[in-house]
Amino acid sequence: MAAFDEMLPEVSGLRRPYEAYDRWLKEQDPARLTQKMQDAERVFRKTGITFAVYGEQEASERLIPFDIVPRILSGQEWRRLTQGIEQRVQALNAFLDDIYHRQEILRAGRVPRELVAKNEAFLPEMIGVRPPAGVYTHIIGVDIVRISENEFYVLEDNARTPSGVSYMLENRETMMQLFPELFQKIKVRPVENYPQLLRQSLAAVRPQSSKGAPTIAVLTPGSYNSAYFEHAFLADQMGVQLVEGQDLRVVDGHVAMRTTEGYKQIDVLYRRVDDNFLDPLTFRPDSALGVPGIMDVYRAGNITIANAPGTGIADDKAIYSYMPEIVEFYTGRKAILGNIPTWRCSEPDSLKYVLEHIGELVIKEVHGSGGYGMLVGPAATKKECQEFAKKLQTKPSNYIAQPTLALSTCPILTEKGLAPRHVDLRPYVLVSDRIQIVPGGLTRVALKEGSLVVNSSQGGGTKDTWVLDD
Amino acid sequence: MLLGRTANGLYWMNRYIERAENMARLVDAGLRMALTRTQSASEEWNSVLLSAGSDIAFSQKYQDYTAANVSDFLLRDTSNPSSTMSSIETARNNARMVRTALTRETWESINEAWMSLKRMLARPIDERDLPTVLDAIKRETALIRGSFYGTMLRNEIFDFSQLGTYVERADNTARILDVKYYVLLPSLSWVGSTLDNYQWESILRSVSAHRSYRWVYEADYKPTNIADYLILNVRMPRSLTFCYRFLGEHLKFLADDYGERHACHGTAEKIQALLKRGSIKDIFDHGLHEFLAEFIRDNTRLGDEIAQDYRFY
Repeated sequence: MAAFDEMLPEVSGLRRPYEAYDRWLKEQDPARLTQKMQDAERVFRKTGITFAVYGEQEASERLIPFDIVPRILSGQEWRRLTQGIEQRVQALNAFLDDIYHRQEILRAGRVPRELVAKNEAFLPEMIGVRPPAGVYTHIIGVDIVRISENEFYVLEDNARTPSGVSYMLENRETMMQLFPELFQKIKVRPVENYPQLLRQSLAAVRPQSSKGAPTIAVLTPGSYNSAYFEHAFLADQMGVQLVEGQDLRVVDGHVAMRTTEGYKQIDVLYRRVDDNFLDPLTFRPDSALGVPGIMDVYRAGNITIANAPGTGIADDKAIYSYMPEIVEFYTGRKAILGNIPTWRCSEPDSLKYVLEHIGELVIKEVHGSGGYGMLVGPAATKKECQEFAKKLQTKPSNYIAQPTLALSTCPILTEKGLAPRHVDLRPYVLVSDRIQIVPGGLTRVALKEGSLVVNSSQGGGTKDTWVLDD
Repeated sequence: MLLGRTANGLYWMNRYIERAENMARLVDAGLRMALTRTQSASEEWNSVLLSAGSDIAFSQKYQDYTAANVSDFLLRDTSNPSSTMSSIETARNNARMVRTALTRETWESINEAWMSLKRMLARPIDERDLPTVLDAIKRETALIRGSFYGTMLRNEIFDFSQLGTYVERADNTARILDVKYYVLLPSLSWVGSTLDNYQWESILRSVSAHRSYRWVYEADYKPTNIADYLILNVRMPRSLTFCYRFLGEHLKFLADDYGERHACHGTAEKIQALLKRGSIKDIFDHGLHEFLAEFIRDNTRLGDEIAQDYRFY
């Protein structure tokens, strides 16, 4: 399948956003670039930017491979994208507010009622609860793929606890360390103020009852979590406390952390712990990662939890297929950013189609993430397809299917020079009393030739993402 | 504002960095003894293990008290929780947990020490390489200390870190003295025999003080002087008095900062008063072993009280 290359498309030659970079690249000594690649790895290892891979005892700390060729978007491309993202994020928050209150979209029959009611990501505990400032999903990562010059699609919305933003920041930091001269030649819009924006954004959604400057904390499952580095990084960069469940308890109707001087109230909790583990009194009783009673404090309006519990219903893969309707329902306009056509296997006609075309499609678990539990038809063996078909037939509603898209490529530096690899893009969106999108995001790249799976747990790497200041 | 759990992590991070280095120092002193005195080598290794508090665990695993066995056990055996490798690993885990409280330089120096020692101690140490390995351990911990002192803000984070360092160091020095207290007793051998001379030098070597001793006292080793140096000298950075001077200071900073005194302040002051009041003669009269045993107990209690008073758990 011929893919659109963002730097060097076959038909038209070098694309404009890459012109200045290409000029610079041609002046470079290949040996020096190889050296820089090794330098980058050393920087990452030294600073401990690692992630844990579950189930791999030996290599408990690994690096996400970093490629030194940036992925570049023009200012114009970016403006178009942000309009679409803003619209989508507005719709997501409006959908969540509706679904936990009047449920008008269900009454209007635009989204099937049972899809929500029977969904594990829908939390009945949130019905009628209005989060501080009315914001449900404060931090969103919208995964976007491109297939041609003008076609961008949303692959999925991450409205729970999107990760990876620390890589966006560290990738830029690393690039600036390795190639300071490049940033003098080419004006790239900065991303490094993300932590400040995040802090301001969290402060802006503090509970009404909190007086003065709110106390903010990041809640992590602990140093053995795969994304611990990011939790520590963000807390550090924001200048707020990094807490674990064992540090917190409910004191006088507020959530408080155990400090060396006693318990101190917390107003805003940026939690990186899943809904299920948030409160053992409300959700999983065996959870040691959360805070007993935090949901009561939340319902009383005495703490902001970001993102709100129950936001998973908005990024559920079964709901995803209704996003065009959802966007139109709440914003009154057609969605600027399209969805990838999606077959819901719960519908008999779709299931029939999917089973017949299993070798051409990408099939995903509705609740899966991280690239686990999915089938990439064209890359799978006949036997794998047959086995997956059985799973599909046993529990069709657990799956959706999408066509295998020719994701755009961007070159990476290999031993043999530049070589195209498939990429996607995750911009990070902050919602408070306004919507802010940091110019850029995380570009994930499938390092294996021809591979379409960009997840870091499946051999994906990352690139610095540039939005040109033009 | 500091989380109790973070204070705990800082405290133990520093105790373990100190311990990682102390193990190298003890092996260094043992090695020296073994090189110069082949006859009582196994006895000497046994006292090294006693000083490290690892004698029982060692005897469950080995029968022979040889340089290879002891150095392997104290430096690289991860089943020994106090070995240099285990200590640096625990220190790093704690550093990872409190990472937001550390400067980038401090974290990186700990992370790099862990990476390089992990590589170095991956395989059994060839006897010929032992001096190089011991040097590397001391260098790595010195780098950590350097970046820590050079970059950390002097606030409560610094205070809790220092408390860990000095509680561990005081414990270590007191144990070294207690294991060898009998060779320091004046009644036994008032005029030092050759054997005594070696023993005394070994004590000084295990706290890296065999050279500085001569700058302070006369060239000859005298047991009262050695005891005085390691217990009462205000300037010797590993003496009990020195450790308590800083423990007292950092506890006072915390009390001033927080506007609150705790049980640990009383305990530290009591120990400090004891060290200030006595001369080395009084300590010998009271009984050196009794004095050290009591000190080790009190020092441990101080550690427990700090944990409780500042809500480590």
